[in-house]
Amino acid sequence: MAPRTGPGLTRPPVPPVGTPPPDAARLRAVGRSFAGRAVLDAVDLDIGAGEFVALLGRSGSGKSTLLRVLAGLDQDFDGEVTVPGPTMVAFQDPRLLPWKRVWANVALGLGSARPREDALAALAEVRLAERADAWPLTLSGGEAQRVSLARALVREPGLLLLDEPFGALDALTRITMHDLVLRLWRRHRPGVLLVTHDVDEALLLADRVLVLADGRIAHDVAVDLDRPRPREDGRLAALRSRLLTELGATRTGQP
Amino acid sequence: MSTPDTDAPPRTPIAAPPAGSPAPAPSRRPRRSRSWHRWVSPLALLALWQTGAMLGVIPERLLPSPTTIAATATDLLGDGTLGAAIGVSLRRVVAGFAIGAGAGVGLALLAGLSRWGENLVDPPLQMLRTLPIFGLIPLFILWFGIGETPKVTLIALAVAIPLYVNTLAGVQGVDARFGELAAVLRLPRAGVIGHVVVPGALPGLLVGLRLGLGSAWLALIVAEQINADAGLGFMINSAREFLRTDIVVLGLLVYSLLGLLTDAFVRLLERRALAWRHGLAPA
Repeated sequence: MAPRTGPGLTRPPVPPVGTPPPDAARLRAVGRSFAGRAVLDAVDLDIGAGEFVALLGRSGSGKSTLLRVLAGLDQDFDGEVTVPGPTMVAFQDPRLLPWKRVWANVALGLGSARPREDALAALAEVRLAERADAWPLTLSGGEAQRVSLARALVREPGLLLLDEPFGALDALTRITMHDLVLRLWRRHRPGVLLVTHDVDEALLLADRVLVLADGRIAHDVAVDLDRPRPREDGRLAALRSRLLTELGATRTGQP
Repeated sequence: MSTPDTDAPPRTPIAAPPAGSPAPAPSRRPRRSRSWHRWVSPLALLALWQTGAMLGVIPERLLPSPTTIAATATDLLGDGTLGAAIGVSLRRVVAGFAIGAGAGVGLALLAGLSRWGENLVDPPLQMLRTLPIFGLIPLFILWFGIGETPKVTLIALAVAIPLYVNTLAGVQGVDARFGELAAVLRLPRAGVIGHVVVPGALPGLLVGLRLGLGSAWLALIVAEQINADAGLGFMINSAREFLRTDIVVLGLLVYSLLGLLTDAFVRLLERRALAWRHGLAPA
């Protein structure tokens, strides 16, 4: 896929043979304003190949705008965005076409020789092979979100964008989805940008947690802990309180 | 042989439904019996009609008895008159419907898929929509004479407008989020139309199809009142001149029967094409 570049900027040079794989995404001085209000202001961000990055931010901090820029759904930005591989999105709502059976949703627009077989294999990975011929309206919320993940992964994206995909799920389903996402990420190794407002979710899953505030990446915290990470781990707790402070969620009475 | 468990007396009352409770399986309430109930009043009316005619309460000259009409139908079917008339009328409807449906759906897609298309197509069609189409008959006769053309044109117009309005509403009602999905999946334009827009607009299109077919039959009946030399309308009009009320009533019955048949066909189409909507109820 051709890199997307903002106005007035050139494409990066083709890397010489033998270099490590390029970053999954690279943003330089990316800005985006709506009606004169800057939602993103000179964002610099690299997502390494196969790196799992979580993006935290309060409502209206520009998380979704950043994701839409990376997905190519918003073209009116300033600066430079380079995404060398295919990009896929798992949206907050699963966004399955209700008039296509589950497998056909996964295979939609898939340019492979055997789309149904590929779709079935992807559905097996999310443990939904037996629902391949069901109508999407008969799926539960968690199942629909798994189909959405299968649809994204069957295209082997270099960059997988997850837009609060577990937000609408109940707590138990969310835990199984976290495990599933980690398993799929280990197997396919896309670069991942998980947009979420859930600090715990970010800390359980990501290599690196970013905080977006005032249109900039305000904090960039590495999480150097082996997975699976127990929620009650003391180091996670320390990171959690630090991130919550940085998000401005301090307890009342404190400055 | 018997264990104390199976002999225990309280078991039975617990398992049995309490006295006076409704039938235990509401899901088994048969649909078939309800559709049978719907035949009671039409058949009673038919019996009343027949009895009235036989007792002389309903004059034969104004409304012949059902048996007379049935006999007339057998006669006219036997000598080929009825079959030929139905054939001519059906051809008019099919031709007008094909032209009108093609134009209505095509224009709706044009208007629904591009801003320019909407700006060009929608205003004249909205103007046409407010026009009472049967008022166009004198103009059509002046333009096209009294042959098949004005009849087919009238039917085509009657079909095109409801199909256009409902298909366009269907296209415009397709969830914009699916457009974003198509962009992420890099679907080509033809794929977007084929996989997203047309199936998404199908519920609206099918509503338009039912309305369109209804007005097609209506337009046929009106068109056949003017200068027809063949077809059901011609058969009815000539029968009026010879005071053959039985043939007039028979013609009307055939009209409504044909309308019912095409409506049932569209409903069948709807059930198949919109099966995904009933996904929650297992087939």
